[in-house]
Amino acid sequence: MDNLLSIVTFLPLFGAIVLMFFLRGDDEMAVKNAKLLALFATVMTFVASLFILQGFDPSDTGFQMVEEAEWLGGLTYKMGVDGISILFVMLTTFIMPIVIGASWKVEHRVKEYMIAFLLLETLMIGVFLSLDLVLFYVFFEAGLIPMFLIIGIWGGQDKIYAAFKFFLYTLLGSVLMLIAMIAMWYDAGTTDIVKLLDHEFSSSTISVLGLQIVGGAQTLMWLAFFASFAVKMPMWPVHTWLPDAHVQAPTAGSVVLAAILIKMGGYGFLRFSLPMFPVASDIMQNFVFFLSVAAIILTSLIALAQTDMKKLIAYSSVAHMGFVTMGIFAFNQQGIDGAIFQMISHGFISGALFLSVGIVYDRMHTREIEAYGGLAVRMPVYALIFMLFTMANVGLPGTSGFIGEFLTLAAVFKVNTWVAFGATSGVILSAAYALYLYRRVIFGDLIKESLKGITDMDAREKLVIAPLVLFTLLLGVYPTLVLDIIGPSVEALVHNFETVVGAAETAAPSH
Amino acid sequence: MLSNDISVILPELLLAVYAMAALMVGVWSKKEEAVSGLILWLTALLFVGVGLWVGMTPAGTDTAFNEGFVNDGFARFAKVVILWGAASILFLSKEYLQKNNLLKYEFPVLITMATIGMMIMVSAGDLMSLYMGLELQSLSLYVVAAFRRDSLRSTEAGLKYFVLGALSSGLLLYGASLVYGYTGTTVFSQITTVVADEGMSLGLLFGLVFLVSGMAFKVSAAPFHMWTPDVYEGSPTPVTGFFATAPKMAAAAMMARLLHDAFGNAIADWQQILIFLSFASVFLGSIAAIGQSDIKRLMAYSSIAHMGFALMGLAAGSEEGVQSLLIYMAIYVTTNVGVFAFILNMERDGQAITDIKSLSMYSRVAPARAFALAVLMFSLAGLPPLVGFFAKFYVLTAAVNAGLTWLAIAGVIASVIGAYYYLRIVFLMYFGEAGDALNGKMSSLHWVFLGGSSGAMVLGIVNMFGVETIAGMAAATLLN
Repeated sequence: MDNLLSIVTFLPLFGAIVLMFFLRGDDEMAVKNAKLLALFATVMTFVASLFILQGFDPSDTGFQMVEEAEWLGGLTYKMGVDGISILFVMLTTFIMPIVIGASWKVEHRVKEYMIAFLLLETLMIGVFLSLDLVLFYVFFEAGLIPMFLIIGIWGGQDKIYAAFKFFLYTLLGSVLMLIAMIAMWYDAGTTDIVKLLDHEFSSSTISVLGLQIVGGAQTLMWLAFFASFAVKMPMWPVHTWLPDAHVQAPTAGSVVLAAILIKMGGYGFLRFSLPMFPVASDIMQNFVFFLSVAAIILTSLIALAQTDMKKLIAYSSVAHMGFVTMGIFAFNQQGIDGAIFQMISHGFISGALFLSVGIVYDRMHTREIEAYGGLAVRMPVYALIFMLFTMANVGLPGTSGFIGEFLTLAAVFKVNTWVAFGATSGVILSAAYALYLYRRVIFGDLIKESLKGITDMDAREKLVIAPLVLFTLLLGVYPTLVLDIIGPSVEALVHNFETVVGAAETAAPSH
Repeated sequence: MLSNDISVILPELLLAVYAMAALMVGVWSKKEEAVSGLILWLTALLFVGVGLWVGMTPAGTDTAFNEGFVNDGFARFAKVVILWGAASILFLSKEYLQKNNLLKYEFPVLITMATIGMMIMVSAGDLMSLYMGLELQSLSLYVVAAFRRDSLRSTEAGLKYFVLGALSSGLLLYGASLVYGYTGTTVFSQITTVVADEGMSLGLLFGLVFLVSGMAFKVSAAPFHMWTPDVYEGSPTPVTGFFATAPKMAAAAMMARLLHDAFGNAIADWQQILIFLSFASVFLGSIAAIGQSDIKRLMAYSSIAHMGFALMGLAAGSEEGVQSLLIYMAIYVTTNVGVFAFILNMERDGQAITDIKSLSMYSRVAPARAFALAVLMFSLAGLPPLVGFFAKFYVLTAAVNAGLTWLAIAGVIASVIGAYYYLRIVFLMYFGEAGDALNGKMSSLHWVFLGGSSGAMVLGIVNMFGVETIAGMAAATLLN
């Protein structure tokens, strides 16, 4: 099939259109059909994406299954997949059926809800597959619209504030990137990402308003992209939208946000910042290290003080993303392997944690940690599963969380011992807040009256979370599964990076 | 050769003759209501027809009356947008006029006059014909602004618009006389030659500044925007809808023509003025709109911000810039037709409402209409994948390529601020507090325009219906 990538990308959109125009009425039958149709569409997308995986050749470091067509003047519709993007695509198509399954209890405007999620899936897959700057931006930015509506319509009490904050925060980050993209187009004469990867942007020092900018145009563009990706990621100190958005979003929205949306930032660093602006990335290495370590330590401390379960997990996500940025900017194979691995594994773990919170929230309608305690008595299966993901979040060996953290820490240790030292102390803190949360929710005596009638997970909930359990453990004991696929592409990326930066350093020995 | 001249201005001539005839029929008819309705429909259909005719005219540049009138690709592009924009608003306005007892034959006649004025404006090749077109348009618009005679608001709007409009016309005339004094000619092509030979003298520069100021008033660019919110709010809604579409295109195109045709050799001189106008407009429009609670006032500030973006394209001073201006205006007009199709139907128990709070939870009342408006709002905010994004994208590209990166950065920051108030409308419709919702019905004709406009915003991503290519060719005829 020549246009497999487009099929995978637009299959959910097709499902959304069918829902929008052909599903009438809002009686019980229509609601059920909407859910089934959405589930069917996401499962079919997953099946279709398996063909991508099957046809993918890991040893080829270039882009595969490339599709290209004329678009508006000067722009192209170009899609392709390589070792870096393929797993993000798979993660998206894998998580989405779970998300739909987790939304089975939604009763409010079900049809619109499913449409929003299907649209979001198309846009997320598009981000990872597009090979044209503007096409990438369109997918990247368009995701804001469904997410704004998801938080705003189906969110919690302070949803309006959270929706606006999420929207404006991320939009402000992205528009600067748009300007940088236009400047890149002007400079290189093309918006084709494949060609841009070979284009060398000027890195000679320039002066802007009397300020000497080392790394020149590269640094300016790097900063513009950084503004966008750092907000998306989110990195400290621009992470404050994430806890608000997570707390107010419905469970499924949180899962998508944590598992996929925030990975776009990391993907962006790997696709644009590192290969296109290597000299600037090199200059900014310590800056990113500082922000990463600050994120790991500070947000872990903040997580300790949270009284809301979702907020706690949201802050822990920020800390985990700190490991990702740290790994990426170590500029070696181990670090980038680890960063990608960490992102994939965090997709499973944080997704599962938000699902776990959703399970008790559906029963008690509160996320306050205070309201729980002693759940192990009435919910043994839940206690077990929550334990597994708490441990995975801490990074216990045997779970996928360990591999990602270990690889990034080991990589950074080679580059900068102090950064590794700071980050490792974050691991200890993460154990503290995660276990503290677990103790307060699960252990102790079941004394609260309201909890006396709580029921354990039902079959649907078990079914939804089972694939996540499987992959968390599988990747924990057999990480090669992932590393084999990303390895060659990462190696090529690191190799190119070192060549360019090496050449730049020889040219300017003073640096 | 008079017959040659006549054949070039045939579309305008036809419309003028039609306007006179319609006036006669209106005056002498016994059944005013029925005849007025008929004239309104006829006028709208005629606009569509003339639009097709102008659009189908084979490529090439014709001039008439010693270059006083130029019919080139650029003019034709602008005319098609103007005619179709005006036709859409006419189609939309009948119901509202009827309901408010405003359905008079003068309305379509005045709109026709204004449209002829606009067609002359965008075709002007001489300062005199430019002024003639401009005044024909403005005088008609002053009257329609005050069309609801018994409303204080509407007469105030008309008077305000007239006084300030006259002032700006005065500025423009003064500028024109200075230009004539220092170059000895009013024909654009000859002004260009003088500028090329002798450079910009101080007097000529003053003339240019006055001309640009006068035109900035017409496009409602800050700091010449003061009339916009009051006039938008006070005028009857169909008139507001008209203000927000065709005249904006006409004024922007006229500005592009004057600056490029007459002062194409002095780009550096007018570029600074336009940069300032653009910068001030995008920020003023975006920030001042935040506090508005009346949707018509909100659209007024939104138009200021949008004109700021359109002028950013013009400020680039390149062919690409003119192309982006044309694309921007075409998209803006299309969007506004849809938005005003919606606003015209904002009613509660038959009473027209313009407070945006009345949109609370509108998605419950009319999900399809709410969705269409949400799409238009996201498009106005410039979010991909909607066409409004590409409008901004082309303008920004032109600005960056012309070395105006900082202006582009300022523009996108302003657009983020502006996104807030578009989002607020979406927020009210989808997750506001339930209040006294609107309950007006929408006729299927209005639905066609609302749905068509928002559908175009979504489907345009494929190839923008070819507008991009046509605008490129149109811009090429202006600069070469």
